[in-house]
Amino acid sequence: MLQPEAEWRAHLAEGRFMIQRSRSTGGHVFYPRVAEPGTGAEDLEWVPASGAGTVHAVTIVRKKDPADSYSVVLVDLAEGPRLMSRVDGVPVDDIHIGMAVKASIINEGDKPLLVFVPA
Amino acid sequence: MNMRNGFPRGRAAIVGASTYGIGLCPGVSAVDMAARAALLALADAGISLAEVDAVYTSAPYEALGGMELAEYLGLTPKVTDCNRTGGSAFEVYVQQAALALEAGLIDCALIAYGSNPASNPPPGVGMTRQSPWEAPYKPLAPLSSYALAASRHMHLYGTTREQLAEVAVAARQWAQLNPEAAVRDPLSVEDVLKARMVSDPLTVRDCCLFNDGAAAVVMVRADRARDCARAPVHVLGAAHAVTHREISSMPDLTVTGAAISGPQAFAQAGVGPADMDVVMLYDAFTITPILFLEDLGFCPKGEGGRFVSNGHVAPGGGLALNTNGGGLSCVHPGMYGLFLLVEATRQLRGECGERQVENARLALAHGNGGVLSSEATVVLGTPETL
Repeated sequence: MLQPEAEWRAHLAEGRFMIQRSRSTGGHVFYPRVAEPGTGAEDLEWVPASGAGTVHAVTIVRKKDPADSYSVVLVDLAEGPRLMSRVDGVPVDDIHIGMAVKASIINEGDKPLLVFVPA
Repeated sequence: MNMRNGFPRGRAAIVGASTYGIGLCPGVSAVDMAARAALLALADAGISLAEVDAVYTSAPYEALGGMELAEYLGLTPKVTDCNRTGGSAFEVYVQQAALALEAGLIDCALIAYGSNPASNPPPGVGMTRQSPWEAPYKPLAPLSSYALAASRHMHLYGTTREQLAEVAVAARQWAQLNPEAAVRDPLSVEDVLKARMVSDPLTVRDCCLFNDGAAAVVMVRADRARDCARAPVHVLGAAHAVTHREISSMPDLTVTGAAISGPQAFAQAGVGPADMDVVMLYDAFTITPILFLEDLGFCPKGEGGRFVSNGHVAPGGGLALNTNGGGLSCVHPGMYGLFLLVEATRQLRGECGERQVENARLALAHGNGGVLSSEATVVLGTPETL
């Protein structure tokens, strides 16, 4: 029995960023679920994401201390799906739409977290 | 049923409308407020409480709010709903009530809502769970989602922060003509630009209020409406579309479900955007009316920022938009959709004093729920538009 979120987290904990793909349609799926949205195809398998992506939209959550401000971005994965994440490794004001980024798995609060860094 | 493009055009009408407790309404519960607004709307219509046989509400902190309000008022409704399409719920209720009235399932629908988060802050636990795919990145909910849509619109179409600010300034100028509006002090484009940035590109002045308020409307069939205390406001069209739940799954960040619900509602009504005398668009943030003006056909896609510039949607401008002052300057207690319908009704009855739009015959109320997730459009008209 496919356990979409639990299996995804287990992969992430082992350092793998996985997404789903339908064997019949070839469509990639994120976030993980039991069927491909739109087609309802249930023949989903886990495949490694390339990690390549492009910033599709960006906002900066501003804090009193500018050092605490952080980005919230939507990233278009090379495989197609879009997801929410954060861009690390660059000043927040340098993050822009169209920026090429790549996935990175970090630990935050003792949990693995998928973020992106400039490609 | 007598349908036109899937809707019984004009065959149901809003005959009672009210607001209650706008601004601060301390010392009472949300359902107290909804009940007060309900009784005011019934009195406005000249209809007794006992006639109500359908209750539609969206309680702010009670998932079973439909039952709660029915119990509170001592009603035994045939139809009870407390749907979960956020701020658009009330426009959806108008659609559902019109269909149930036309089918003969019900005879009198009450749509009511009350919430006082400003004076009676909600407990920490809300009615929605945090998305496991978004919450780890700590977006401000729902502000950052709208900010992401705004960033995309600015990138694609050159929309500016000044243009966003124009929406807030126009809303404030309308609020200054509305004695009931909660915030009426002067506001300039410069004030908005200099306000504290919260989630780029939106400052605190690009965000709606979070204050107290209640509202209600009463709907009956057109034949019954003729005997009510007030001139009926007929429901000419009502349509709804859901495109996603979370912003990361929005199909296109610059095109909302209003591009689906709007054309459907206009086709049902047999009118178009250019015919509208009053336009009430859910303004949770300054970007939202810009998106809806485009998606509903008031201007081409990408032109919304230029459309709202130079006071075009302010009093005396080309389009009477959000004449009560909107969620930005009048009232926004969490789910604002019902206030859009009340203001549209008041305008079509000619009750709006200083802010009255002359000879208003057709009005549009467009509700938004979630993070641009649920869009519902209602077209209303005076009896002469039937």
